[in-house]
Amino acid sequence: MSENNKRKLLQGNEACAYGALAAGCRFFAGYPITPSTEIAETMALELPKYGGRFIQMEDEIASISAVIGASVAGAKSMTATSGPGFSLMQESLGYAYMTEVPCVVVDVMRGGPSTGLPTKVSQADVMQAYWGTHGDYFPIVLCPSSVKDCFDVTVKAFNLAEKFRSPAIVLSDEVIGHMRELVELPDFSTVPKVERVRPNVPPEWYRHFKITPDFTSPMANFGEGYRFHLTGLTHDERGFPTADNQAIAAKLDKLKLKIERHADEMADFRTYQIEDARVVVFAYGSVARAALQAIGTARRKRWRVGLFQPVTIWPFPENQLYEATKNAKAVIVAELNQGQLIGEVRRVVKDRVKVVGLFRYDGDLMTPDQILNKIREEH
Amino acid sequence: MAQRSDIAHKYLRRNMDFPNVWCPGCGIGIVLGAFIRAVDKLEIGKDNIALVSGIGCTARIPAYVDFNTLHTTHGRPIAFATGVKLANPKLKVVVISGDGDILAIGGNHFIHACRRNIEMTVIVVNNYIYGMTGGQYSPTTPLNKKASTAPYLTLEQPFDTCRLAISSGATFVARSTVYHATQLSSLIEKALTKKGFSVVEAMANCHTQYGRLNKEGTAVRMIQAQKDLAIPVSTAAKLPPEQLEGKITIGVLHDAQRTEYTEAYQKVIDRVIVPGLNGEEVNDEAKAKPQEE
Repeated sequence: MSENNKRKLLQGNEACAYGALAAGCRFFAGYPITPSTEIAETMALELPKYGGRFIQMEDEIASISAVIGASVAGAKSMTATSGPGFSLMQESLGYAYMTEVPCVVVDVMRGGPSTGLPTKVSQADVMQAYWGTHGDYFPIVLCPSSVKDCFDVTVKAFNLAEKFRSPAIVLSDEVIGHMRELVELPDFSTVPKVERVRPNVPPEWYRHFKITPDFTSPMANFGEGYRFHLTGLTHDERGFPTADNQAIAAKLDKLKLKIERHADEMADFRTYQIEDARVVVFAYGSVARAALQAIGTARRKRWRVGLFQPVTIWPFPENQLYEATKNAKAVIVAELNQGQLIGEVRRVVKDRVKVVGLFRYDGDLMTPDQILNKIREEH
Repeated sequence: MAQRSDIAHKYLRRNMDFPNVWCPGCGIGIVLGAFIRAVDKLEIGKDNIALVSGIGCTARIPAYVDFNTLHTTHGRPIAFATGVKLANPKLKVVVISGDGDILAIGGNHFIHACRRNIEMTVIVVNNYIYGMTGGQYSPTTPLNKKASTAPYLTLEQPFDTCRLAISSGATFVARSTVYHATQLSSLIEKALTKKGFSVVEAMANCHTQYGRLNKEGTAVRMIQAQKDLAIPVSTAAKLPPEQLEGKITIGVLHDAQRTEYTEAYQKVIDRVIVPGLNGEEVNDEAKAKPQEE
């Protein structure tokens, strides 16, 4: 998109691809899967115009592996998929967490488990995005709720991935991915871009996993003279396998603390009419759109209702949610699953506020009326 | 010997703990030596090599050598290497891994990379067995052999690594053994200079698992057997198939010319690139370049 600062009718999936390009993504590897395929198609068309490279791999395992390899060699990299493909990617995604390789994975959620509902919406991967691969690790997961959001959130995902040397997951959903909205994309040169921190020491002093006060580490790329080693085996600061208890614990602490210590910085959330709300609707992704309309209707009835919409869902914005629900008597957690993030909400608000779930998992979008009815019960 | 030791000091990482993870007498060390001598002879430069491996005994090689090294997940090194190569086509990308890693769990990536003809060298160290996990049969274990998971002998027809590579579209395919270490090194050298997807199968001994279970004796005896079983390609061409049964054909088995993937992709970039998209200054001449839609 050479003239990108014009109003365009775009799909969420297309906006996601343009967000990646704006953020500086120059490598994409993917495998066709509904409802995410338009992201791959857009990247195949656009990447070579930027001097970047696209490849369709033989499966999702190969896709995420190629994405990690490309990032290690210096390219900002992304793949996009949906539930079944996201499941296949989990092992190598764990490798990226372990070896602290920045990359972005878009999961356009559809109904599951298994093949489930390829063309219908769901939000049932929010826990998989946290617990998908084995071992202790701490993911960064963002959830867009509009077409413009797909652009912005993808840019943000790249910036967080590069800054914290971690995979960042964009959890879109079938409705957001396929919905078309009129959007005005910014000039890509004005989009804030974060680049990975480069080492400022000679190669012989370089430690690829150096433990710094904020637990992130500078990163050299392959071919730049640093000749470092990456392994999925638990490793020391230099990157070599270790059986030393202290070094093992230090590595796992690093993975945790680099996210935990920056959770407030990463917390991205939106509130609507929350100040005097007695009932707070907790909703994300496409459901947040329905919630906004329901709250508008409720407010016209002079019901004191507000919205808390997390954009960053991992790390979970717990301090922010705690603050936002201080004066509420009830929180309605509306999700397109059988109740996943509601557990996190309960953990945060504890017994202070009544937490009720509103779940839809029949393949269709939550309607404003459903949410309004629940508000009526709790108000 | 002095010269050999110089090469070892030049390419081995000094900070790695020695002795290494391999059993005394293991063939993997000989493959590593052959690879390093090829790299040294070609004067590729340590910074220009990305050495990628999967999981298993062979896959431990990268940690010991002073290149850009990537020890990945089980079966996926070729997929990781594909990303490395596409992000930086100037790197000389080499995958080194075992028969189980490349041909069982990684079999799909192997055949598709052959088909794609992306420039990289894949060295498959074939010792007929999963060594690290304790002697389970692999896709290359011959029929009627013993393995810890084939206590009543193997029932499956093995892959011929090289025939699989050739029929999948690899443009350079060769085989040698650790007994023929000098030839192995020169075949790796040829593979490294190939503009395309090259495969070198290095037959290695695993006396600890495969040899012990099948009563094939010590490392020395197993390597001696490689000498007895090896037949050069030129000789093999004249023999009827039944006389090649159980033998190891060594040498260059296939060398073809076909468009290489990164070069083909570069042509696409040259055709459609839009100057200025990466924020660089664009002069009028570049702006005037006609754009294809």
